[in-house]
Amino acid sequence: MNKLSSYTIKEIHRAYNDKFLTPTNFIDQCIERAKKTSGFNAFITLTEDLARQQSVVSEKRFKSNSKIHRLDGISVGIKDNFCTKGISTTCASNMLKNFVPTYNATIYSKLLDAGACVMGKTNLDEFAMGSGTVDSMYGPSKNPWCLDKNWRIAGGSSGGSAVAVSSGACVVAIGSDTGGSTRNPAALCGIVGFKPTYGVVSRYGLIPLVNSMDVPGILARKVEDIAATLNCIAGPDHLDSTTIQQTFSPVCIRSDFDLAKIRIGIPKEYHCKGMNEEVLETWQFVIDLLERECIISTVSLPHTSVSIAVYSILNQCEVASNMSRYDGLEYGHRADTDYSTEELYASTRCEGFNNVVRSRIFAGNYFLLRQNYEKFFLKALKLRRLISDDFRYVFNGVNRVDLLLTPTTLSDAPLYNDFVSKANRDQCALQDYCTQPANMAGIPAISIPIKLSKNKLPLSLQLMGPALSEELLLNVAKKIEDFVNFPTLNIS
Amino acid sequence: MSYRFAVTSILRDINRSHLYNYQILRNYSKVPTKPVETLESTNIPKTNLDQNTIALLERLSLVKFDTNQGKKVLEDSIDFASKILHIDTTEVEPLYTVLENENLKLRNDVITQGNCQVDILKNAVLKDDDYFVAPPGNIPLHEVEEKENAEIDKNESRN
Repeated sequence: MNKLSSYTIKEIHRAYNDKFLTPTNFIDQCIERAKKTSGFNAFITLTEDLARQQSVVSEKRFKSNSKIHRLDGISVGIKDNFCTKGISTTCASNMLKNFVPTYNATIYSKLLDAGACVMGKTNLDEFAMGSGTVDSMYGPSKNPWCLDKNWRIAGGSSGGSAVAVSSGACVVAIGSDTGGSTRNPAALCGIVGFKPTYGVVSRYGLIPLVNSMDVPGILARKVEDIAATLNCIAGPDHLDSTTIQQTFSPVCIRSDFDLAKIRIGIPKEYHCKGMNEEVLETWQFVIDLLERECIISTVSLPHTSVSIAVYSILNQCEVASNMSRYDGLEYGHRADTDYSTEELYASTRCEGFNNVVRSRIFAGNYFLLRQNYEKFFLKALKLRRLISDDFRYVFNGVNRVDLLLTPTTLSDAPLYNDFVSKANRDQCALQDYCTQPANMAGIPAISIPIKLSKNKLPLSLQLMGPALSEELLLNVAKKIEDFVNFPTLNIS
Repeated sequence: MSYRFAVTSILRDINRSHLYNYQILRNYSKVPTKPVETLESTNIPKTNLDQNTIALLERLSLVKFDTNQGKKVLEDSIDFASKILHIDTTEVEPLYTVLENENLKLRNDVITQGNCQVDILKNAVLKDDDYFVAPPGNIPLHEVEEKENAEIDKNESRN
């Protein structure tokens, strides 16, 4: 299994074709792995029977030599904020503990159509509000790179998805990314995490956090698996009016991809206060590698340093609005009180939400008060344009570059005890510094593991590109991946 | 290979800057050596919310501040957000959606779904035949009401 857990989708399919491995056998091994590593707390719900049934169907297709689907016999994990018909979808919140969707998220339907074997629903911070996967009602997820008693966080909010992939239980996992929630845990768990352009992948059935920034994300061990999965889930969706209407042309990872004419920008504002020395060294290390192959220049995105504060305003405003749907009447937790409707709402929401969610609702409603609306909310939207224009300028203006290379996080995975000693807002302010600007501008970004720190923990870098530059972004990411040859985690 | 590269990059730098300061050349690096100066304002007066605002937010949010900690977290969030208010945004249009230049498709106004009553009721904790069940409406929140009454009493006794 240890060897198998480093296989790419292509290699697994080759093994299926060569009869050296069968889908049922492989999925059994994945389930076994998920159970053995349950201490990392990657899954909220393990859908063992479903995965087995799907592997049987895949196996039939391989045996009968009929048309093989693109993800046939591939183990996939889904973050527990995507609706899955008949499978509990909790958002790691007491509010949705009893919620069983009656419909499928588009991304989930597409994965099923592609033959994927669904291993289960993965852990997250409650309603995806966090950057550590420490605020889940099912308990925190643990980083599989550190087995000490004094353990380290997985990152978040898609921490369960990252752990499921890096521990070998899944080949691919789906996360969501509002301010870095896919790239951050991928970076800390030593796998690849990809956030597509806003509107390329349907959000239908993704329980919303910040509608104007949420995108489904993909986590996998290798860039080519990210590309293969993206090709299955991307494209316009009549159920999500914010998907980009043009047909999605599948991305192709080319082995003969030429870096020579690629211009990569190093935005100087991404060296912020508190950035770890080893992260800076890793950044320089890859710049040195790339400088032999392509054109590197220093660029400036002047509004980067305010992006996190602007993000916090917009996030909390949209959260306040989005969370108003939870009242206990139609679905979700319902408090045991019948004095008045308002009292039922208030009690339900107090019992249902953790204090992070509640405090974001308060802050959002404060910024949206009549006397604050222009001062905070409109101001933040205007600054959002300046932040987004910074990107437009580096990608289109004079001395333009094709891609940007930055760190993903400010350090390697923090110790749980250190991390939880900070308030949620401070955690996010540090963890999301490098990742949320891409959400503000709606552009694609990918985190790639580069090397191990002195603590033997993954250090990762981020590539960002202009909207709809997925193919270029993934091809350059693949080149970097090949240069650095990051080790796969071996859990014995 | 890497040696040759180092030399070219140094030469490039010399050409660009016309500087022969070897100290600078030795530290030549594309990674900025110092953290960026933030544009955030560091001079933010501490927010202190009054009881009325708290009560208003509780009513609007339909959530209660259970402890003083909640109030403090909110005040911190406001202080954090206030760091960016000084930045000039004259004549900048708000960016509501990154797809502002895309043509987004509207669905035709035709019925595409239906017969899902059973499904829709499935997740309700309480139901009565084919209905959701709610307690009596139009009664303001307990606590807020009491607090307000207390305020009125205080004012009246003062008069």
